[in-house]
Amino acid sequence: MKKNILLLAIVILLAIIPIFMLKDAEFEGADGEAEEAIGEINAGYEPWFESFWEPPSGEIESLLFVLQAAIGAGFIGYFVGFTRGKHRKKEEL
Amino acid sequence: MLKFVPKLGYFAAILLLLPERAYAMHIMEGYLPVGWAIFWWLLTIPFIILGLRSIKKTIEENPETKMILGLSGAFAFVLSALKIPSVTGSCSHPTGVGLGTVLFGPLAMSVIGSIVLLFQSLLLAHGGLTTLGANAFSMAVVGPFLVYFTYKAALKMGLSFSLAVFFAAFLGDLGTYVVTSLQLALAFPSEVGGFFASFSKFAGIFALTQIPLAISEGILTVIVMNFLKKYNFAELKSLRVLPRKEVAQ
Repeated sequence: MKKNILLLAIVILLAIIPIFMLKDAEFEGADGEAEEAIGEINAGYEPWFESFWEPPSGEIESLLFVLQAAIGAGFIGYFVGFTRGKHRKKEEL
Repeated sequence: MLKFVPKLGYFAAILLLLPERAYAMHIMEGYLPVGWAIFWWLLTIPFIILGLRSIKKTIEENPETKMILGLSGAFAFVLSALKIPSVTGSCSHPTGVGLGTVLFGPLAMSVIGSIVLLFQSLLLAHGGLTTLGANAFSMAVVGPFLVYFTYKAALKMGLSFSLAVFFAAFLGDLGTYVVTSLQLALAFPSEVGGFFASFSKFAGIFALTQIPLAISEGILTVIVMNFLKKYNFAELKSLRVLPRKEVAQ
């Protein structure tokens, strides 16, 4: 258990350190910048297909990402509780 | 050996000269020429079909592992939604396919990884339908197979279970994005320097972005595995995940 907390701390540090290390960085998502890079290599390229639907704003996009993470995390939480409960019951018997 | 030195120098120079740009996510909708889009779709489809069979077989043989299969999917779902800042000053997200691959094999994750990508391209306009074949090939085919072979090799080399899981998930994550840059470089070779110039441009940058994230993914996968080893030992045993010496304990 202690080992897991320590490991989790490393993960959190790995995410936080860049924010403080690189004060001027924009930390943008990369999709838009990749479009630029392709434009630099092949200026004539036109995307030939559009997404059927795009989140109307950055806020709504982040809402959907949060929802994705929340659904996954919800299941993980359920799994952890269920398994530990089952385990304890088995030990009682 | 010496002839690689100039190439490495070139690679390092690119890393230094092009900071704060990263392409470390899925290929955007419409951004692969039609021919390449179809090519990657055709390569990916057989893995999805084999994957469906593999999942069916696993569930028939070990129905008690259904919950853990769900857990593997949920883990990939969460991790691929987390855009994490990285040392290059941009964000990217891990893939989360390492856990399920160690547990259920690479083919099962071809299906689950593709589902995650489909969800993201339909609801989040992240990635795309035309590029789904290519994105699934990198994240749901090459990634899991890298995980699988790394895991087996690491155990053979005598590494502990945790270390083997860590390296497998780490390399699977990193390899996914190396393949993405390969796909972009193939579709968009640079006028000067051709494929290799484009590849070092795409790969140099985002391999760097992805390294800390791949470490995080490795660690998170180990944490979940530690939990499973403690509470789901029987299931891990029937999936034949654990190295022999751990089962004997």
